[in-house]
Amino acid sequence: MTKNSEGTFEIQNPYQPLLAKVVKITNEVDGARAIKTYKLVFQDEETKINFSFIPGQFVMVSVFGKGESTFAISSSSTQKDYIEISVMKHGKNTAALHELEEGDIVGVRGPYGNTFDVKGWEGKNIILIGGGIGQAPLRSVLNYILDNRDKYGTLDAIYGARTSSDICYKEEFAELEKRDDVNVHLSIDVEEEGWNNYVGFVPNNLMEVKPSSENAIAITCGPPIMIEYVIQNLLKLGFTEKQIYTTLEMRMKCGIGICGRCNIGNLYVCKDGPVFSYEQLKGLQGDM
Amino acid sequence: MENLVIQTEKLSEWVNEVIKKNKVFAPVKETDFSNFKIIDDYSEIDFTYLLPRVPAKKILFKQTETLFLFTPGSKGSVQTKEISDEKLVVFSLRTCDAKTFSILDPVFLGDYADPFYKSRRERSILIGLSCNKPNVNCFCTSFGDSPASSDYVDILLTDLDGKHLVEVVTERGKKFIDNYKKFFTSASKEDLDSKKKVEEQAIKGITRTMKLEGIPEKLDKMFEHPIWYENAMKCIGCGTCTFVCPTCHCFDMQDESTLREGARVRVWDYCMNPEYTHHASGHNPRPARMNRVRNRIFHKFNYYPINDNIVGCTGCGRCIDYCSVNIDVIDIINKIGEAES
Repeated sequence: MTKNSEGTFEIQNPYQPLLAKVVKITNEVDGARAIKTYKLVFQDEETKINFSFIPGQFVMVSVFGKGESTFAISSSSTQKDYIEISVMKHGKNTAALHELEEGDIVGVRGPYGNTFDVKGWEGKNIILIGGGIGQAPLRSVLNYILDNRDKYGTLDAIYGARTSSDICYKEEFAELEKRDDVNVHLSIDVEEEGWNNYVGFVPNNLMEVKPSSENAIAITCGPPIMIEYVIQNLLKLGFTEKQIYTTLEMRMKCGIGICGRCNIGNLYVCKDGPVFSYEQLKGLQGDM
Repeated sequence: MENLVIQTEKLSEWVNEVIKKNKVFAPVKETDFSNFKIIDDYSEIDFTYLLPRVPAKKILFKQTETLFLFTPGSKGSVQTKEISDEKLVVFSLRTCDAKTFSILDPVFLGDYADPFYKSRRERSILIGLSCNKPNVNCFCTSFGDSPASSDYVDILLTDLDGKHLVEVVTERGKKFIDNYKKFFTSASKEDLDSKKKVEEQAIKGITRTMKLEGIPEKLDKMFEHPIWYENAMKCIGCGTCTFVCPTCHCFDMQDESTLREGARVRVWDYCMNPEYTHHASGHNPRPARMNRVRNRIFHKFNYYPINDNIVGCTGCGRCIDYCSVNIDVIDIINKIGEAES
């Protein structure tokens, strides 16, 4: 990165990552679908100060020698000096990430992609509907709103996982449940002893919660099938296409609209997305 | 801009002069085909070829490219890869290969400029050579282009039997040719007339036509059409069509490393491979060959026109020439034109 004449930052080689130190690793979920959250701090002082993003954007994170993959930034942009990503162990690079220890170095490129219109949504009631690791980008919005709480209306966080041990950000949800300025609605797919919240799929829990569509924005992220049913149910609840947002993922390499693989129709998820309103999504013809 | 003439016997002297100061790429015979290679002498150039097997895109967008270097592992670091400032000359480009770059420019020089492509684009001179005898599967005329088009090059040569017409098209071409003034004389009206004749003759030699009118718009309504299953039936997913395509630009990024040093390398990839879109979660948005064949045709004939206002095909005919199961893109598009949407 070098400064150009306007004093803004220009990346000379967009493929070359910046170095960031893993300063904290949180175990979110253990077992076969293990999830860890990484707090990353840029090594270069200037980047540390100047790196900024808006909820909804993503970064490409490398373990050198293993590869690079795409992760939604799960921390809020109101938190300066660091970013967080949550990683489910799934492939070669994510397995390598799971081997890392605090103090280790990774490569980070970004932020890329479009954003949630958090500024434009001020004054509105916000409903977040997440499933599994899909909560990561929603967590960024959730924490952003909590840090600007007086600018928004009611806040509902609907979240579900397969089992209680698959719940991501468990401790954070427990903290949120104690607050009276956010309503948390957790669910698990199958009954478990000691579980006092909803049992069933996220779209069904959404129908139980029945949020009002008035002056509201609903944002959903999770497995493709969950997103599909959540959108159907939101429409049943009276939400319009313009009130429903989701964020999509696709396999990516470059992250900047060149390598060709993340297209849905003529749009690239990396640069035209990852955030789409249902209005946009409905008009899209493409393989998802 | 300026029309000159060079006697054919002087061509070798001129090119050898150019080689002294530039890295010159030209078609070189390799067993039974020709390929763009760096030449050290004019005599290496293969003028018998119609089209080099791999398109000229490989010169600016290399098949493998080191993007940066790193020290592997969890204490890793990165090192920037230096970009060379060598002057490049691509000699003997056909219209269909030269047009490549006007199609790839919006991709590689868009919101984020690819520094490797950009640098080579800026320091290369494109010298075209008119096709006097086009191939059986050539169809550049379907896009309104001509086998003797000067639209996409800095300098265009046309073989006029005994001498070559040298059309200097761009400012960059003019600057370049001014270094070699002694080899050229001004072109006469007769020379320009003979070019016209050669061009007309060549156009007559193109027998195949892709009926493009209305295709991009029609495709909008044909995403779910059964024609994609028919087209995909024969495809074996080998990806040859993508590697020989002058406008295919997909790539993969891979880490190549030993214990102590490594590099992130970009390599050409192909959308006909199921792995191409396979998520780590197991989900694949394009699981069947139908999805992949459809995506490739849509990319070139619908997405490119929507995004960049240009069709992503130059009419070189390579994908038809080299497809091992005889899939013919002209037939596909013409059938789409005839189909009920």
